Parts: sequence; structure tokens; C-alpha cells
Amino acid sequence: MVLHTPPSPELVESIIPLADEDLSRKDYASDVDTRWCPGCGDYSILAQMQRSLSNINVAPEKMVFVSGIGCSSRFPYYMNTYGMHSIHGRAPTIASGLKLSRPDLQVFVITGDGDALSIGGNHLLHVLRRNVDVKIFLFNNRIYGLTKGQYSPTSELGKVTKSSPVGTTERPLNPLSVALASEATFVARSYDTDPQHLQVTIEQAARHHGAAFVEILQNCNIFNDRAFADYTDRDVRDERLLYLEHGEQMLFGENKNKGLAVSATGLRVVDADGPDAGLILHHDATRPAPDVHQLLARCAYPEMPVPMGVIRQVTAPTYGDYLDGQIEVQKFKNRHDITQLLRGRSTWQVE
Amino acid sequence: MTTTSPQANGSGGASAPIQERDRVTVRFAGDSGDGMQLAGNRFADATAVFGNDFSTLPDFPAEIRAPAGSLAGVSSFQISFSKHQIFTPGDEPDTLVAMNPAALKSHLSALAKGGLLVVNEDAFTSGNLKKANYPSNPLSDGSLDDFRIIKAPITTAAIAAVEDLGLTTQNAERTKNFFALGLVYWLYDRDLEPTLDWIEQRFGRLPNIAEANRRALYAGHAYGETTEIADAHVRVPPAVLTPGEYRTITGNQALVLGLITASHLTDLELFYGSYPITPASDVLVELAALREFGVRTFQAEDEISAIGTAIGAAYGGGLGVTGTSGPGIALKSEALNLAVMTELPLLVLDVQRSGPSTGMPTKTEQTDLLQVMFGRNGESPLCVLAAKSPGDCFYMVLEAVRLAFQFVTPVVLLSDTYLANTAEPWPVPDITQLDQIDVPYRKLEHIDPEDFQPYARDPDTLARMFVPPGVKGLEHRIGGLEKSDISGDVAYSPENHQRMTDLRGEKIRRIANFIPELEVDGPESGDMLVLSWGSTYGAVFTAVNDAREAGHEIAHAHLQYLNPFPRNLGDIVSRYKKVLIPEANTGQLRMLIRANFLVDAQGYNEVTGQPLSARLLTAAIIKMANE
Repeated sequence: MVLHTPPSPELVESIIPLADEDLSRKDYASDVDTRWCPGCGDYSILAQMQRSLSNINVAPEKMVFVSGIGCSSRFPYYMNTYGMHSIHGRAPTIASGLKLSRPDLQVFVITGDGDALSIGGNHLLHVLRRNVDVKIFLFNNRIYGLTKGQYSPTSELGKVTKSSPVGTTERPLNPLSVALASEATFVARSYDTDPQHLQVTIEQAARHHGAAFVEILQNCNIFNDRAFADYTDRDVRDERLLYLEHGEQMLFGENKNKGLAVSATGLRVVDADGPDAGLILHHDATRPAPDVHQLLARCAYPEMPVPMGVIRQVTAPTYGDYLDGQIEVQKFKNRHDITQLLRGRSTWQVE
Repeated sequence: MTTTSPQANGSGGASAPIQERDRVTVRFAGDSGDGMQLAGNRFADATAVFGNDFSTLPDFPAEIRAPAGSLAGVSSFQISFSKHQIFTPGDEPDTLVAMNPAALKSHLSALAKGGLLVVNEDAFTSGNLKKANYPSNPLSDGSLDDFRIIKAPITTAAIAAVEDLGLTTQNAERTKNFFALGLVYWLYDRDLEPTLDWIEQRFGRLPNIAEANRRALYAGHAYGETTEIADAHVRVPPAVLTPGEYRTITGNQALVLGLITASHLTDLELFYGSYPITPASDVLVELAALREFGVRTFQAEDEISAIGTAIGAAYGGGLGVTGTSGPGIALKSEALNLAVMTELPLLVLDVQRSGPSTGMPTKTEQTDLLQVMFGRNGESPLCVLAAKSPGDCFYMVLEAVRLAFQFVTPVVLLSDTYLANTAEPWPVPDITQLDQIDVPYRKLEHIDPEDFQPYARDPDTLARMFVPPGVKGLEHRIGGLEKSDISGDVAYSPENHQRMTDLRGEKIRRIANFIPELEVDGPESGDMLVLSWGSTYGAVFTAVNDAREAGHEIAHAHLQYLNPFPRNLGDIVSRYKKVLIPEANTGQLRMLIRANFLVDAQGYNEVTGQPLSARLLTAAIIKMANE
């Protein structure tokens, strides 16, 4: 099995600009009053983001949050970093231009299910495919909150919402599947009510060299309350969630008594103490082929445990690596004499 | 009329005496696969070296290869050259080179009676005649009797010239544009050297092809020399131009050079986010080949992403630029508004084309003026400039970048298909003589955090305190929500929205204090002013001068600054009894002039996809002057 090699400290250092002094969570919080609804899952995500950045000790002045439109996209206002609250769906484009022209900055994109998968679907696909070194956090609440409760591209088929009074007539997208199909080099999932897991996942994404995609299941207690409660509630988590660890067996259940193995049609649950225990898969996030990763992404409640953690993390040059490399090579190979450029291929003299 | 065919030639090279003319316009027309653009561009190079002033007009279909011989597939290239300075590629050609019946059919109406027609008689087969809807062969039915005609067997002669080189029939036939070119070189006494050099450069690695093209060129030239063609051997003496070093330039090339130069003058790296679109794609393509200048081109997934990435680069403190045409501007409008609200220094190039919708992608028009002025939600003022000639595209890029940084605002620079593709001689600028472009945020980066407010403004320009990310202690957030004056916090108060609306408008108006006043060519006041903008400069200048020669006292002023207008424009338009505004649209500038200055301006408007005709415009000017 290929063991995951964590990025070298030098690489992490080069990816993440660190602060000179030790910073606490508070240092990353702006003085703007948060305006999410009381009880919104976004509060927890905000707190974990601030903790994660302080754990890494990122230099706030080198940190930029770019968001689109929607509840989640108010996020940058609450961070004491640089930030842009942009337009609906387009945050990946602004983040791409920023990161490519300013490689010294750490650029995080905050988006939602409507922002990233509906109006901004095209940009998400391409920012991942290009492997631009930005980290994308998609807060998935499976509803349009800021417009007061219409269905989203991740709402389940038949869901009754304000714009689907007798149920939706369209099938939802699976964000992880979309990311994997877009050739993402880092794909992970976490959720709002497990602070520890969320912090660790954010930190792993921050340390990835390349485009990182993190789906964060986020409860909208006003328009889609308890959307994920069936498997994220504290008393059922162990039984219904699969916490993935690279290199470890895919085990879940109380006392880790169940595991995932390959079946003829995908993955199946086997008894960790039973005769098929030997077939239980080890999680290899670095596996080049996304086959098992896609199967994991498709695991859904109630048939299967819902995977959490880093599903995929592979090493590949980023768009910026290629682009800056080309610039260096061309500077070395070609004269860059602006006078010569202005003169063009040929000139003539008028006396 | 004289008809000459090679069969009638028996004089064995006794050339007719050479005639001298002031100005000649030649149009090459053929199938889009016939290499007419290439032939035209080589002719332009030879003309440049010869020392004429010139202007070119390529005109090609949007289809890359329409069916051979069809009317839809006709591509043309016109060049006008003169012993005087000229400003247009000419209205009608004196000479038309038609490589097939479809080309003849499409372009004959432009040729004046008595004009010289060079046709490739080999292409006048029954099949090609049918494709061009000719019921009978115009070469023999007398329908061309009003023209002087040279019927040359261009295809067979070219193939014969390259016979022993062992080329495929197809490759041998492809040299026919060089044969035609050689013939036209003889007609207009052009030197073959520049083209021979070009062939060597271009085909040096394919010696057989290079040799074939050389031979075809020589053969065409010799054909002219040995064929007695009455009154056809013409010389246009070199023009008297301002001394200096010249090159040939198109508008799109000038945009590229302008961007690289702006990057140099600001000492900022250029980021160009763009999505391929006719006629702006060349800017992306040419910039992509200039990585050694630190250029980051980004071929985006769509027009929105193209401007989004440019906004990201601008926000990061770089030289963020996006380029497109009208349909792309429509897609970019929401993001452009984000740049208005966040007040970022962004440059948007709009190489206009015929619309609405997909329209005619390869044809020219000035129909985006109102779109870039008003095509966004809310009160959304931004700076709009327009280039007046291919070479002017270079200087207007520098001007647009200067204003974008000085006023921390998006700036739209308008060009169009005509400027994009038209070539003219251009004095090579001396980079050491160009002013550095100030980047104000460099000073702000050292500001005390206590004194920093992202929406505090410079008292003169009203530019906000823009500081890109990376400066410790100045962390702040911007975005598309309404900003509180000075602090830049999100704000919903009625008073603040009114104030910010006023400030955004006033900031753009104040640009007028930092741009040149409008100059009037001709009488300072009086009977009639012709007011123009953008690429029509050449045609309007020519028409005004022709009207003056006909005895009319007419003033002309040309706008390069469309928003804001030069501060003396209102005064100028009120000093004349009549104001005529010629435009390649239905009256967009006229609407603005009437609305701003309550002046009864009249329009001269053509929306044909072609540049304004100086001849028709002259008539319109004289008619109005006489009213």
C-alpha cells in the first residue's frame, strides 16, 4: 500500500505564510457582528475556521477569503483578514486571478450549495480541474436560505420547499462526486457539529498544495432543520458515519465492529469480526485512480455509512506551478527587450 | 474599354509606359482558402517598404472554410496606398483581383466603371459559375465591358511555374495567390524583396514550398511584364511622412503592445483573463506568446470567469485586464459592476463587432457605446475611452491604465473589428520617452493603520484608499454590498446610499479635470461641426476635408474620451448652428450629446458591418451644410 507522505515542513511553509507572533482564535475574528440566524451551523464553522488558522498560525495579512452570494458567503466579513464578498457563483474566478497573480497569498473560497453547484457550477468544475492553489469550503445545507427557503441543487428529489410545494422534480448533485469528476486533487467532507473533526479537516485542506475541496454539512435551522441529523446527531454518529483515515481500515460502528469491503456493485458493509473481515478496505487517499474515492463519495444514508474526512489527496503541479514555470523558462530562453517588441518583425526608416 | 488577354500579347515584353497616380486602392478577393489575407498583408509590407502611406481593410467570413467556390466563402483584403497621408482604406477599389466567380460576384459592384479587373480565368468553370449563381460566363457574355480586364490563367500558370518541384497538385495550386501577388506587384511597381524575405522566414524549413512560392511570385511578375496591359502599369510615389522608424501595426497588435508597455510603465505584472471571441481573440493569442514579459494569460472557462480572474488580479494589486467583444461585455456586466462597487483598477477591452446577439462576428460596428455606458444594474458609472486608429489603440491603453489606477476605477476601452484588423504604418514609440504610470497604492502601503479607511478618498480625484492584500494591520473586507462612506463597512442607510451614489458619479466626472480638452480642427465656431468618436476618425477626417475642398467651412472634433466627456465639449457643441454626428450605429453618441447638452445634433448613421464610407459621408456633410 502506498502510504500517505505528509507535505514536507518546507513545502507547508511555502504554501502557508505564517505570522511572526503566536496568534489566538480571537486574532482572526473581525469586530463585525455576525448576522446569521441564532442556531445556524455557520457559527460553528466560523469558530473552527478561526481555531484552525490559529493552530497553523497563518499570517492574517496574507490570508484572503473570497465568497460568492448566500448565507455562507457573508463569512469574510467576520474574519480579521483580507476578504471579498463578491457576486453569485463567481468566487472561484476571483480567487483564481488573485492567487495566480499573488502566489504569496493564501486564498480561501467560501461558498454554498446554490452558489457553487448551481449558478457557479461551471467555475467550480474548472477551478478544480486546473488545480489552482485555492481552498474551497462548500457549506452544504441543501436549501436556499438567504432567499428564504427554495430548493437547491443538493435538495433531495421530492423535497417540499417554498418553490416546490408538492416536491421537487429534479435529482440532486453529490458535491463530492462532482469534485472528484472535476479532477480535484483534494476532496474532503466534514460537518458543523463536530468541531474537532472540522478543525482538523480545515487544517488538512490548508496544507494541501493545490485546489482543495471541502464539503461541510451545515444545518439551516430555519429552512431545512435537521437535514443531516439522521446521521450526524451525537447518539447515532458512531453507527452511521465513517471517519476516514488515510492508511487505516474503513471501520465504523460502536467499537468499530463494521467495515467496508468491495462488492460486485460497489461497496458493502461487512462484520469486522465476521468471516469477511479480511476484505475490509484500507483507505488510500493518495490512490491515483478515483474509483474507490467515487464509491465512497456515493455512500449515503440509510444504506451505507456516510464518509467523513479526506477522501482524496493526490500530488500534482498546480496551475500556478505550470504558469510561473513557463514564465521563468521563457524569460530564460527569450529576450524580453520591450524596444525590440515595439519594433516588431521589421521596420523601415522614413528620412 | 480595353480588353487584354495574354493570347493577344505579341509584343514580347515591350512594357507600356508607367503612369503616376496619387492614390490607388486594390482589393484582393477569393475563396477563404485562397490566401487572400496573406497576399494582402504581403502587399502591405511591400508598400510600407516602398514608402507609401497606406491603410488596409481585411474582410472575411466568420466560417473558417465555407464550401469552396461559394458566395459565403469569399474573403477579401483591400489596401489603399498614397503619396499623401491617408486615413481610410479607401471606399471603392481602383483594381479588383477576383480569384473565382464568387469573388467577382460579391465584389464587382464596388469597382467603379473603367476600373481594372484582374480575374483568374481558370476558376471560371461551369461548376464555379453555378455556385456563384452566374447564368452565363461573365468573362465572355459582355457583362464586364465597362471594365478594363486582365484575364490571367492564374491557376495553370502557377502550377506550370512549380511543375518540376514534385509538389502535390493541391500544394502546387496553392501558390496561385503568390502568382496573383506577383502580377499585382508588377502593376503597381512594388519591389519583390520584402516578400521574398518573408517567404524565406516563413517557409525556410520547407525549402520546396518556399521555392514554389518564390517561383509563383516571379512568374506572376513576369506575366505582367510580358503581357501588354494598357494603362495598367502605375506608380504611386512614396509619401512624405514624419521622419522616423516605422512599422506596420493593426489595432489588436497595438492593444497587445500597449498592455506590455503599461505593465512596464507601472512596473506591475500583466494578468489578462479572456475567453476566445472574434475579433478580440488575437489579443489573447499574442499575449500568450509573451510569457518572457511576465505576462499571465488565463484562457477562462467563460466570459464571466475571464473578468472574474482579472478582478482578482486587480484586487491583488496587479495590472488586471480582460478583453472581449460585445456579447462578452453582456456576460461580464455583473462582474463589471462588482468592480464599480468595490472600486478596483480594472481595464476592460471591448473590440466591438456587429450585433445584436451573435450578429456578424467578423464585421465592424460602433454599437457597444451605450452598453458599456449603461448596461449594468443600478447607477453604475465608469470610465469609457475609444481608440481612433490602429496605432492609437496603443496610446489609449496607456491612458486607460493611467486613469484606472489614478481613479481606482474600471475603465472600458472601445476598439472594433475595423481597427482590430486594419493595418497602417506606425512610428515606433520610444519607450524611454513615455511617462511612468503612477500606482497610488504603493504609497498607501506604508500608511499608519490608524489612518487607514478603505473608502476614504483623495480630495482631488475622489479615488478611494485602495490597498491590496498583504499589508499587515490594514486587513479589511470589500464586496458588492453597498459600502459605508469612508469605513467601507456594509451599510443600508438611505443617506449613505445617496452619498455613495453621488460620490461614485462625481469621481468619474472628475476624470474630466485630468484629461485633455477637446480640440477642434477648423473654425472655432460657426455654421457646422462634425463630431465623431472611435474608429470612424479616418473616414470622417477624409470626408470633412473633401467637403472643405468643395468650399464648405466645416469644423471637426473627434472624441477619444466618452465618459466623462472632455470638459469643454458642451461649450464646443453649442458654438455651431449645426452639429452632425456620423456613427456606425443608429445614433448612440448623438443620444448622449442631446441628453447632456440639449443640442439638436443630427446623425449620419450606417449599420452595414462595414466602415463608414468617406464618399457617402462627404455627400451627407455637404447636403447638411447646404441646408
